[in-house]
Amino acid sequence: MSAVPTTSPLQTRRRFRGRVGDLLLHGLTLAAALGSVILVGAIVWKVLRLSGTSFDRFGLDFVTGRTWDPVRHVFGALPFVYGTAVSSFVALVIAAPLAIAIGLYLSELAPRGVRGLVGSLVELLAAVPSVVLGLWGILVLGPFVAHHVEPWLHTTLGFIPLFGDPQQTGQGLFTAALILTIMIVPIVASISRELFLGVPRELEEGALALGTTRWEMVRGVILPATRSGIAAALILGLGRAIGEAIAVTQVIGGGTRIGWSLFPPADTLASKLASSYQGANPGLETSSLLYLAAILLVIGLLANLIAQIIVRRFDPLRGARA
Amino acid sequence: MSGSFTMPRVIDVAQARRESGPVQREVVFEVQGLTVNYGRATTAVSDVDLEIYRNLITAVIGPSGCGKSTFIRCLNRMNDLVPGAKIEGRILYHGDDLYASGVDPVEVRRRIGMVFQKANPFPKSIYDNVAWGPRVLGMKKNVDERVENALRSAALWEEVKDRLKKNALSLSGGQQQRLCIARAIAIEPEVLLLDEPASALDPIATSAIEDLMHELKRDYTLVIVTHNMQQAARVADLTAFFSLEVDDHRRTGVLVEYDATDKIFTNPSDKRTEDYVTGRFG
Amino acid sequence: MSRYSRRRLVNRAMEGIATVAALVAVAVLVIVVVSVTLRGAGALSWDFFTKPQALFGQPGGGIANALIGTILLVALATAIALPVGVLTAIYLTEFAPRRLAVPIQIVIDVLAGLPTIVIGIFVYALLVIGHTQSGLAGAIALAIIMLPLVARATQEVLLLVPSTLREASLALGVRRWRTVLGVILPSSVGGILTGTVLAVARAAGETAPLLFTSSIFANTVQTDITKALPNIPVLIFTYSEQADPALHEQAWAAALVLIAFVLLASLAAKALLARSRRKLNP
Repeated sequence: MSAVPTTSPLQTRRRFRGRVGDLLLHGLTLAAALGSVILVGAIVWKVLRLSGTSFDRFGLDFVTGRTWDPVRHVFGALPFVYGTAVSSFVALVIAAPLAIAIGLYLSELAPRGVRGLVGSLVELLAAVPSVVLGLWGILVLGPFVAHHVEPWLHTTLGFIPLFGDPQQTGQGLFTAALILTIMIVPIVASISRELFLGVPRELEEGALALGTTRWEMVRGVILPATRSGIAAALILGLGRAIGEAIAVTQVIGGGTRIGWSLFPPADTLASKLASSYQGANPGLETSSLLYLAAILLVIGLLANLIAQIIVRRFDPLRGARA
Repeated sequence: MSGSFTMPRVIDVAQARRESGPVQREVVFEVQGLTVNYGRATTAVSDVDLEIYRNLITAVIGPSGCGKSTFIRCLNRMNDLVPGAKIEGRILYHGDDLYASGVDPVEVRRRIGMVFQKANPFPKSIYDNVAWGPRVLGMKKNVDERVENALRSAALWEEVKDRLKKNALSLSGGQQQRLCIARAIAIEPEVLLLDEPASALDPIATSAIEDLMHELKRDYTLVIVTHNMQQAARVADLTAFFSLEVDDHRRTGVLVEYDATDKIFTNPSDKRTEDYVTGRFG
Repeated sequence: MSRYSRRRLVNRAMEGIATVAALVAVAVLVIVVVSVTLRGAGALSWDFFTKPQALFGQPGGGIANALIGTILLVALATAIALPVGVLTAIYLTEFAPRRLAVPIQIVIDVLAGLPTIVIGIFVYALLVIGHTQSGLAGAIALAIIMLPLVARATQEVLLLVPSTLREASLALGVRRWRTVLGVILPSSVGGILTGTVLAVARAAGETAPLLFTSSIFANTVQTDITKALPNIPVLIFTYSEQADPALHEQAWAAALVLIAFVLLASLAAKALLARSRRKLNP
């Protein structure tokens, strides 16, 4: 051990045991932490590897391929990329203003008692399992959309190609987007609320002391100060929507159509995986499904990383960039 | 004017003010029986009566916790923002009750501006900090001119005229505070309330702010809260001394004496005032 | 309309919009919960909880097998995720050099954001291909989802432990590992528990990870984890895709049970959080 003379053998043994304990704990915790890193790497690696067969066959053209035909062994991802993009984008467009408004309500407007209650209810909405939302979507929202919303939209706004002929079942991109909206809103609202509450009181008072209304203060000080955080929150919500498989597969109907109208059935990358994986033929079909999973994985990772970068680089409150 | 701290300067200024006594000035604020409670347990100030006069600097001094900030924040209804604050009594602004039902705090604050203890510039450019208020309030013409005038009045123009687009947070503490003053006067208020505006600043920056106040009082009515007696003596025409009354475990702020500054500091009427200004307590 | 009244109107309108938005969110939650309750309450019965699924086409039956399966799956997943998560958090807060801590943190955040279906497919590819579905595979998939949640919650609460506590223990000559296990961990138990409860609530409702690892099961009670375990989320999913209204009713009832569990777990977590906060600031 050291040059210090030990007075008795007992002391040496105790000191040794202590060091072993330290090393053991350090080693164990390091293993656990590295395990998480290795896990992510393993997931990426496995998915990419299993999609290899399909990648070898189709290359990057897979992403733009329009056909998905297990019988003729032709596979392409475009219908599902389209489905993912449209459903998530529509959901984000509806969810963003809604969630930010809710965040503002919870941080600026709500009286004290209401604040806690409504905040808890919004968090509860986030906790509803996706399969339950999907069940509700199939049996309640779908028929409602089919019988009331779609016909109304078609008659009043039918000149916009988005709102084509209504469908019977209400299963399609539109309903899926609505369900995804319900999933995105609580996440973004909770994060927004925290961001707005984090704006220093002095800034708010400084604005109000100039004789501005509450809204003018929000628009001029709070929103600009939190814009990077909100952007990150929206990207996080978007990532959630893109990756949602269960609720979407329950309400989206399934199909490979690419067209303007939001109403007919379709599929997203995630929902196609959920619905087709069980019955898929091993070999090219399974590998193609895993190719879809790889695309999904890449998009999900990108969204996550972009959100992290935004938060770390562009926070206006820190005086980094005005 | 230099920033020296010697006694003769205090008496000079006080004598000069004695010649144009406050009695001839117009009353801007008339405070009647102002009492502010936060919840049931705390009474911040109790039964305050005083008048604020036009184009004068009125200082509010007193030990910490005596309700100075609470008092000044009542003058522009900033205490509305504190949950649980209850205000009794009246504050008449040119004869109109500020707290009458139907009075919009937004309009009150347009006319009665405030500068805070800790400089709080917006995370925007220097130009936008000053221009934002006027733009939002509808003063859209000649914004550039307005910004320049406000920055000149705040004695900041020369230092920032070449970097108006830079982030306001890049300025020093003293400059940021002058920017906040410019921001406040850009919307052309009548009154400026300053809540310990120099307490977070070094002596040189403090001196700059005090010089500025002497200039500003030509166009505006100033009310300043300060815990620094020498500052009040240097700057103020009138001084209000608040103190704490402890009654049954309840601490309340009360107005003890309100008079010309030189009288407060050289010949106060109330013993509590005398104890405070001579440093026996507080 | 004057500029001022227009500004007031806009302010009012925005306040209205924000309030309506909050109402919409609450309304959606209420509608979903009410739908589930109304449609599912009818199928709740003693049989429902104690009988396994009925044979195909036959009436009656319940969710006993799925209930037991879910409990087993979540328990196993927790047994895997909890120690690994806590150990990871300990490494990040106690041992990791700064350069390593940040990237590992980023990776854990990435793991938290991965689509759950991809995680299910990964475990499927790892453990099910070549063998059969198993409760173990399902539990592992759930554990992967729970891991970042437990790790983050543990990390947050470990960081709350003041460094003075660590220093005091080490200054006594107590070993690092003893300090961590004997002083730091015990004071963090509340937060770890809260995080675990929330992770459990999440895992109980996850379907995608189980879709390929534990979804083909018989309608009898199964406790062998080397075989696919019946579970509530997959049951709801399967029933929801069928056309039989009797199955729908059972799905609603099972959903009601699931929501009730999630609600209880959230309340429990909140109570735990409040209690551990009170312990830190008495």
